[in-house]
Amino acid sequence: MSQAVIGQRHEIPDLHYLNNGHTIASWLLTKDHKRIAVLYLISVSFMFFVGGLAAALVRLELTSPHGQLFTSEQYNKLFSAHGIVMVFFFIIPAVPAVLGNFALPIMIGAKDLAFPRLNLLSWYLYVVGALIVLTSFILGGVDAGWTFYTPLSSIYSNTQISLCLVGLFLAGFSSIFTGVNFIATVHKMRAPGMTWFKLPHFVWANYATSLIIVLGTPVVAITLVLVILERTLKFGIFSPELGGDPVLFQHMFWFYSHPAVYIMILPAMGVISELVSCFSRRRLFGYEMVAFSTVAIAAIGFLVWGHHMFFSSQSVLQGIIFSLLTLIVAVPSAIKTFNWVLTMYKGSVVFTTPMIYVLGFIGLFLVGGLTGPYLGAVACDVHLTGTYFVVAHFHFIMVGGAIMGFLGGLHFWWPKMFGRMYSEFWGRLSALVVFIGFNFTFFPQFILGYLGMPRRYHYYYFAPEWQIYNILSSAGASVLAIGYLMPVFYLTASLIKGKPAGPNPWGATGLEWNKTSSPPDTHNFHEKIVVTEPPYNYDAISDNRDYRKMWGGEPLEWEKETV
Amino acid sequence: MAAHGAAIDPNEPVVYEQYETIEQQQETYLVGMWSFLVTEVMMFGALFLVYSLYRWKFRGEFFMFHEELSWQWGGLNTMNLLFSSFLMAKAVQATQLKRAKAQMWYLAGTIVCAFIFLIIKAIEWIPKFEHHLVPTASFHWPPHEPHGSGGGSPEHAKIFYSLYFTMTGLHGLHVVIGIIAITILMVMTKLKAKAITDYIPTEMVGLYWHFVDLVWIFLYPLFYLIPR
Repeated sequence: MSQAVIGQRHEIPDLHYLNNGHTIASWLLTKDHKRIAVLYLISVSFMFFVGGLAAALVRLELTSPHGQLFTSEQYNKLFSAHGIVMVFFFIIPAVPAVLGNFALPIMIGAKDLAFPRLNLLSWYLYVVGALIVLTSFILGGVDAGWTFYTPLSSIYSNTQISLCLVGLFLAGFSSIFTGVNFIATVHKMRAPGMTWFKLPHFVWANYATSLIIVLGTPVVAITLVLVILERTLKFGIFSPELGGDPVLFQHMFWFYSHPAVYIMILPAMGVISELVSCFSRRRLFGYEMVAFSTVAIAAIGFLVWGHHMFFSSQSVLQGIIFSLLTLIVAVPSAIKTFNWVLTMYKGSVVFTTPMIYVLGFIGLFLVGGLTGPYLGAVACDVHLTGTYFVVAHFHFIMVGGAIMGFLGGLHFWWPKMFGRMYSEFWGRLSALVVFIGFNFTFFPQFILGYLGMPRRYHYYYFAPEWQIYNILSSAGASVLAIGYLMPVFYLTASLIKGKPAGPNPWGATGLEWNKTSSPPDTHNFHEKIVVTEPPYNYDAISDNRDYRKMWGGEPLEWEKETV
Repeated sequence: MAAHGAAIDPNEPVVYEQYETIEQQQETYLVGMWSFLVTEVMMFGALFLVYSLYRWKFRGEFFMFHEELSWQWGGLNTMNLLFSSFLMAKAVQATQLKRAKAQMWYLAGTIVCAFIFLIIKAIEWIPKFEHHLVPTASFHWPPHEPHGSGGGSPEHAKIFYSLYFTMTGLHGLHVVIGIIAITILMVMTKLKAKAITDYIPTEMVGLYWHFVDLVWIFLYPLFYLIPR
C-alpha cells in the first residue's frame, strides 16, 4: 500500500508522456490517451471562456430593465451562443473527455483506451465541430436558443442555424466515438483482478455516461439533420403547414437532451465519489449502492423527457406519468448524496482545494436537486415553467454541480497530469470565490423566477422591482468570473514553478496514484498490473495522519494518543 | 506483447500495444463494433418512430401515396441486398479459413451488388425529380400521370415523401459508406497492410453490411408493401 515517505523531496521522472516527443506532430497525431486529454483540456477551456463571454454580455444587458445595450435580435443570439457553446462544447465533453480520457484507462490498469486512433478522431471531430459553430456565430449568429425548437428554427428564423447544426452533428459523433471507446475499454481492458465491483466510481460513472451517449446522441443527431433538411431543401417533417407536428421535434430533442443532463452530471458525480473518499480518509460508504444508483440514474433518465413538454400539447395522463417518473430520479440522486455525507461522517476531512470543491458541489447539488421536484410536479410547474426559476435550477446542477465537479477533479488529478503541485493557497481561495460568486449569481434568479420573470427576455421595464435581483446576479457573475479566471493563472504558473508532486501527493488509493509516476510514462505502467485490493481501501493506509497533517488538518483524538 | 521486439511472424496476427493477447484484442474490436451498431440502430430508430407516428396519423392516405413507388424495383433490390449479405457472410467465412482468393472474390461480389442497389435506386429516384415528387419547394401532388389513385391531401403527401427520401436517402448513404469500407478493406488486404492481420476487420465490415441490409428489410415493407 502507499507507504510513501511524507515530506520527502520528489523529482519529476526523466521520461514521461509529456516530454516523450516535442514536435507539434507528436501532439497532433498522438494516440496516447493522456496527450489527447491535454488537447481536450486546452480546447474545452477555450470554449468555456467563449461561452463565458456570451454569459457576461447577457448579465450586463440585464442590469437595466430597459434593455439598452443590445437589440432583441442581438440578445437572442447572445443567449443562444452561450447555451450552445456551454452545453455541447464544454459541459458534455468536459469531465469524460478530459479527466475520463486521462484517468479511466489508468484506473482500470490498461495501457491505453481500446481504440487510440478513434480517440484522436473524436478530438478532431470536436475541434471541427467547434470551428463550424464558431463560424456560424461570426457569419451572423443563431437565434433559436440551444434547444432549436421548431418551427422557429425550421421555418421562421433566417440566421445561420443550418451551419451551426452541422457543427453540432459532428460534435455529436465526437461524443459517440468517445462513448464507444469507453464501453469497449471498460468491458475488455480491465487488468486481471479488476472486477466490476472493484472499479472506482469514476469508471462506473463514465461507463454509465457512455451508455447514455451511445443510446441518446444518434437520436438528436438525426433530429438535427431533419431540421437541416427542412431549412435547406424544404422537406416537411416537423412543418405544421403540412399537418406535421412541431412538438415531435421537442420529444425527439429531449429524448437525448434530458439524458444529456445526466451525461453532464454523472461523470462529475463520479469525480465527487473519488474525492470525498480520499479527503475523508475513509472507504466510500455503500460502494454497491452508489454504483447501482449511477446505473439507475442512467436508465431512468431515458424515461423522463416528457417533463419538458408538460405545457406543449401533452395530455394530462402523459403529464402525470412523466411527472412520477421524474420524481423517481430523485431517489438514486439522494442515495448518492447520503452516501457522500455518510462517508464524511466520522471520517477525518481534510480541506484541500479539491475537497472544498466537493463540499461546494454537495451543497449546490442539493439545492439544484431539490428544486427539481418543484419543476417535475405538474401543478407547480404550471407557474414556474419558462421562468428564471428553471434557469436557476439547471444552473445549480450544471454550473454548481458539473463545473464544480470538473474543477475539483482537475485540481485532484492536476499533479498526476503534469507532475507538479499548484499553490494550495490560491487553489482554496479560488474554490471559495467560485462558491460565493456562484451563489450570488444564481440564488437571486430563484427569487426572480418565483416572482415571475420569464427567461430569455432582455428587458423587464414592466417590473422594475426585479432590477435589484438582476443587479445582484450580475455582480455575482463578475465574482464568479474572477473565480474561474484564477485557476488559469495559478495552474499555468504551477507548470513552471510548482513543486514536483511525487507519485501520490494525496495519499490516495487507486492504480493511477500507486502504480504510475507523475506524470505517467507513455505506456502508463512499468509493471504488470494485478489488482488484489478492494477499492477505496483507505482504512488500510497507516499514514493517514501524516497526510492529514501535511494538508493542514488536525489529528484526531485517538491519533493524539498514539503519538 | 508478442509484437514487441521479436521478429513478426507474417502468419500470426499483430497484437497492438494496448492489448495483452490476440483474443482480448479481437473481442474488444467486436464489442466496439456492436456498440457502434447500437448507435446506428438508435439513429434509424428515431426515423422509424417518426414514420410510425405519421403512418398512424394519416393511415388512410399513406396507402394512396405509396402507390407511386414501384414494389417490383424495391423487391428486386431487396433480393439483391439479401444476396449481397450472403456473399459478405461467405467472405467472412473465407477470411476465417484463410482463403485469401475466395475472400477477395466474395468482397468484390458484395461491392457489385451494392452498385446494382444504387443503380436501381437511381432508376427509382430520377423520375421522381421529373414528376415533382421530391419534397422540395417544387413538390406537386397529385402527380400528372399517377400510377395509383393520386388521392389524399398534397400536404400529407409531402410529409410521406419527406420521410421516404430521408430514410431511403440515409440508407443509401450507408450503402455508399459500405462500398467505401469494403474497397478500403480489399485494398489494404491486398497490400498486406499492418492494420489487417486477422479476420476481425472483415468481420467488422461484415457486421456493418448486415446492418445496412437489415435496415432495408424494414424499409421495404414499410414504404413499398403497404396493403391497399
